[in-house]
Amino acid sequence: MSSSFSKGSARSLGIAIAVVLVLGMIAVPVIGSRALVQDLFSVLTLLVLALNWNMLAGFAGLVSVGQQAFVGIGAYVMFACTILWGLDPLVGVLVGGVAAMLFSIPMAFFAFRLNGAYFAIGTWAVADIARLVASQWTALGGGTGTSLPKGTTKDMFGVPFVKDLLDVSSAAAADAVTYWLALALALAMLTISYVFLRSKMGLGLQAVRDNLEAARSVGINPTRLKALVFTLCAFGTGLTGALIFIQITRVTPQAAFAVIDWTAFVIFIVVIGGIGTLPGPILGALVFYALERLLADYGTVYLIALGLLGIAVMLFARRGLWGLITDRTGFDLLPLGHAPPAPLSETRQPVPERT
Amino acid sequence: MIWLDTLVQGVLLGGLYALFAAGLSLVFGIMRLVNLAHGDLIVLAAYVILGICSATGMNPFIAATLALPVMFVFGWLLQTHLFNRVLGEDILPPLLVTFGLSVVTQNLLLEFFSADSRKLAMGAVEAQSVTLGPFTLGLIPLATLGSAFAVIFALNQLFYRTALGRAFRATSDDRVTVQLMGIYPQKVFAIATGIALMVATLAALYLGARANFDPTIGPARLLYAFEAVIIGGLGSLWGTLAGGLVIGVAQAFGAAINPEWQILAGHLAFVAVLLVRPRGLFPRAND
Repeated sequence: MSSSFSKGSARSLGIAIAVVLVLGMIAVPVIGSRALVQDLFSVLTLLVLALNWNMLAGFAGLVSVGQQAFVGIGAYVMFACTILWGLDPLVGVLVGGVAAMLFSIPMAFFAFRLNGAYFAIGTWAVADIARLVASQWTALGGGTGTSLPKGTTKDMFGVPFVKDLLDVSSAAAADAVTYWLALALALAMLTISYVFLRSKMGLGLQAVRDNLEAARSVGINPTRLKALVFTLCAFGTGLTGALIFIQITRVTPQAAFAVIDWTAFVIFIVVIGGIGTLPGPILGALVFYALERLLADYGTVYLIALGLLGIAVMLFARRGLWGLITDRTGFDLLPLGHAPPAPLSETRQPVPERT
Repeated sequence: MIWLDTLVQGVLLGGLYALFAAGLSLVFGIMRLVNLAHGDLIVLAAYVILGICSATGMNPFIAATLALPVMFVFGWLLQTHLFNRVLGEDILPPLLVTFGLSVVTQNLLLEFFSADSRKLAMGAVEAQSVTLGPFTLGLIPLATLGSAFAVIFALNQLFYRTALGRAFRATSDDRVTVQLMGIYPQKVFAIATGIALMVATLAALYLGARANFDPTIGPARLLYAFEAVIIGGLGSLWGTLAGGLVIGVAQAFGAAINPEWQILAGHLAFVAVLLVRPRGLFPRAND
């Protein structure tokens, strides 16, 4: 019992640290510099993308190389809402997420026909189709893309309020609002993932990943579960994509549908941090950020380092950095396992009498 | 008439895509490995040929014959020291390792050769053409298509007429039982990847002869190649050739309608074929 007691206290310590961290992160726009806010914004949005991809590849067994489709669609639809239909950009973000989700339905219908590894290629091809179609959208600049009109974010929902509250420029207030939204999205994604994976459906999903036949035999419908996860992750990815492009303020088909930025980086973050674990992507995003700071001046070297690191993780530590940590310490911040009850002989508790 | 000409040009382009795809098809057929770095390895081979050309002043055709054994050894080493370690029940590790390799290869090429567009100077043959009835066909595209046929034919002969081919097929069918017959699957795999990269070298020769290339074009070639393999049906080499032709013809017609639609038309053909025939045109393998 003593080991489980110390594990319990380590856990509450972990939770306490997490709460302090979250409070600190909420305060960043108030106390930190604008550059820090922008940096953390990009880390947080990459983290959300990573959590989504981890859900697909790490839990649902769907290795998608087409996530840039959802980022791009989210971004383009957000721009359309703002520029063409005069909506608030934040409403556009929501519509962008919904549009990405709607697109994911026919995409799933098509890509789910492809088994295993070929699913990756299928999603990639569909994402390329989405990019090519977006570059035909002349109202949004066609192949050369378009920018948000100057001052769009100034009047964005919540920005004037934050401007007065913190007494900062409109641009800084817009940064703060998008930052908080990214933080909220990351926390929501983490919570939803955790609750979902601990639920009956999440258990079913992991059962399908671990043993398809056994899962089927207990009445799980793998295709329905996977399709559900695929569409929900498309929604999350689309929302994030739209949010990212409010910050960038300029959209082009190449940037919005970039396989390197929105899928390759995300894959490396998840793989390095620990695929199939929830804290893994967080750790991966931190490593990614550190590497970026260190090697930002050497663009190609940075990518080579990421690629080699990803390969090394797959060769020597398949469950990534977080897997190494849990293996060494036995401590898991967000455990997903359902441990069986301890055998009676090992417990000191009196055996309840049977009636 | 213009449509017939477009069709012919599409078939010639399809020959190049079939060459891109043949190596992939071989590797997938034998070890179920989806190599996401294949496109970048083709581009790497193009730079190897270019390097030999500029170092010795040779004609690219001769340089390519020198590059063939180099790429075979490279493929053998890749398989032995990298891919063999991650092949298994779980499809995730090989996918991610080849994805990592793709990014590493692409950026190493960028580091060493910059992002400038290059071309293989083929000499006089580049501008020559032959007139066949109403059509005027470039000699290089014609040679590409001829080579694609030759490669697919040779691979089929290798597969069905030689001891090595028997080992390939046996290993593909049952990786465990072949070991009782004195075959080491890992060695068979290494040879297969070596051969695949030799085919990739040939593809690189025609890629560089036909058009400009730079380090970043690999992933797009990979997509076309995979589309050809999937359209053709997994495990069928002639199917792969047919798949390449489908993509080539679709792209040619797309480009004839609107130059911006070339790539899109190829992708749409891929989607359309799979919607009608989920397992491709000539499926052989059961997975």
